Amino acid sequence: MAKELWKGNEAVAEAAIRAGCRFFFGYPITPQNEIPEYFSRHMPEHDGVFLQAESEVAAINMAYGAAGCGARVMTSSSSPGISLKQEGISYMAGAELPVVIVNMMRGGPGLGSIAPAQSDYFQATRGGGNGDYRTVVLAPATIQEMTDLTQEAFDIADIYRIPVLIVADGMIGQMMEAVEWKQPKPRKLPKKSWATDGTKGKREHNIISSLFIDPKDCTLHNHRLQQKHDLITQHEIRFEEYLTDDAEILFVAYGTTARICQAAVLRLREAGVKAGVFRPISLWPFPEKELYDCANRAGVKAVLCAEMSMGQMIDDVKIALGGSKSVHFFGTGGGTCPTPAELTKAAQDALEGV
Amino acid sequence: MAIVYERSRGLTETEMHFCPGCTHGVIHKLVAEVLEELDIIGSTIGVASVGCSAFAYNYFACDMQQAAHGRAPAVATGIKRVHPHLAVFTYQGDGDLAAIGTAEIVHAAMRGEKITAIFANNAIYGMTGGQMAPTTLLGQKSTTSPQGRQKEMHGSPIRMAEMLATLDGCVYTERVMVADPASIAKAKRAIKKAFTLQLSGAGFTMVELLSTCPTNWGLSPVEAVGWLKENLVPCYPLGVYADKAEQKEATR
Repeated sequence: MAKELWKGNEAVAEAAIRAGCRFFFGYPITPQNEIPEYFSRHMPEHDGVFLQAESEVAAINMAYGAAGCGARVMTSSSSPGISLKQEGISYMAGAELPVVIVNMMRGGPGLGSIAPAQSDYFQATRGGGNGDYRTVVLAPATIQEMTDLTQEAFDIADIYRIPVLIVADGMIGQMMEAVEWKQPKPRKLPKKSWATDGTKGKREHNIISSLFIDPKDCTLHNHRLQQKHDLITQHEIRFEEYLTDDAEILFVAYGTTARICQAAVLRLREAGVKAGVFRPISLWPFPEKELYDCANRAGVKAVLCAEMSMGQMIDDVKIALGGSKSVHFFGTGGGTCPTPAELTKAAQDALEGV
Repeated sequence: MAIVYERSRGLTETEMHFCPGCTHGVIHKLVAEVLEELDIIGSTIGVASVGCSAFAYNYFACDMQQAAHGRAPAVATGIKRVHPHLAVFTYQGDGDLAAIGTAEIVHAAMRGEKITAIFANNAIYGMTGGQMAPTTLLGQKSTTSPQGRQKEMHGSPIRMAEMLATLDGCVYTERVMVADPASIAKAKRAIKKAFTLQLSGAGFTMVELLSTCPTNWGLSPVEAVGWLKENLVPCYPLGVYADKAEQKEATR
């Protein structure tokens, strides 16, 4: 299929429509406004619904209601708006609703900036809402990958009945890249017999709820959710390695930062330093074992975690490495992107410090 | 022997958790009877909220969703947009609808969302143990207004039926009470009208039902009904505040 030039925000919306999403509820916030705008233009062509809610809080709860009816539904926002959605995400996790949520991350905390950032890693992977829950978190590095992962995100959400976050940043949302629309690999999806679509007098009523007032019931529910999380950890880990086979300095980075690390790797290799990138694609479940194996290959002298934050994923990197390697860090917070030159220097410093 | 009264098919057989004398049970019964009479139990989705209404999903025989505190109108919006031909209702108390969920109810009404809000107003937070609500009367004591609600400190009671009636999308609001057989019969007529209008696609509908909370009011069930009539009704006058579907008919 021919390649087309797409803006990230519009591409993720189009990918959702191609994945069968017919319900989108959103609220304006920069830098993701082209997502609701695209849906508002194109949902009517597919007999779908675009609705601009009165707040992110309302939007996530509209998504809850629609997902509870068995529909494929998406909502999107950027960092401060995602904070407002955390209550709803916790309820969706509790009620086991399949919803895909896009976060085009920007600088924080608070109102922060509108420029690209990766400082919502904790919020995405630890859950900003209350209770023991997990959401699958997918972090594309290119617009192509984001469109591919969107179909995956809906399927994962349906298979496991879990909210799935696609986390990118203002860079991926705002830039344009070539996209080839691929035919997704069909996955076997379960029937949504739990959905509220009217009993029609033919079955007991279905209930969508996260309330288990008897603590014994709630404990059982939590154990069941944990079993599901274990299953996802077994089957849904995604990562990519870039020139890692002979690497002596190993970058660990995701999304936009990973791409800049790749540019730094090429510079380093030109200078005779063997560098590589380990890129987690699923931030939860985190590719712990895979990262450990990669970082503990014979040639690796230093590990350098790079993020557009002051250091969040580094916690998972340290957990994964279990003290087997010391972890260096380079971060930019608040909405600035690292340059290949900065990352090259950070890698050289890390190697010298070994 | 002829059956003269029985549990509505719109209710499950689950035993309700409500306190003795609480009128939530009456309101549940009325909604269930309306669903049965309109023959829509199998084509209705209800939304329970947070508060004493939280377990409504166990009591209604139709499909149900449980919403976060105040968010029932947003959840109902999502449901209705997926199933525009099904009846969708929220069941909310005054803490849920008139405090934390004010934005959601106002904007559902503004959009003319084709849902019915069943709004039980007992002027207090019941489930959490009797705290002050935005609907608490001036001078009324609660666990968070032990000196009585004061206008200077807390403002005056909020009147939702009147407020929402100002919105074009809101085609019907009526305030009723569930205090005696006559008022209960009237309340049922209002609920039936709201559902009928919703099904005709007219727009947003809400029935506000003045109800009792004997436990947190510190009154016996009988005293509570008297207190409702003497105190709640003067602050929250009964009546129809919006009936735009009929107006439309009249001007045609």
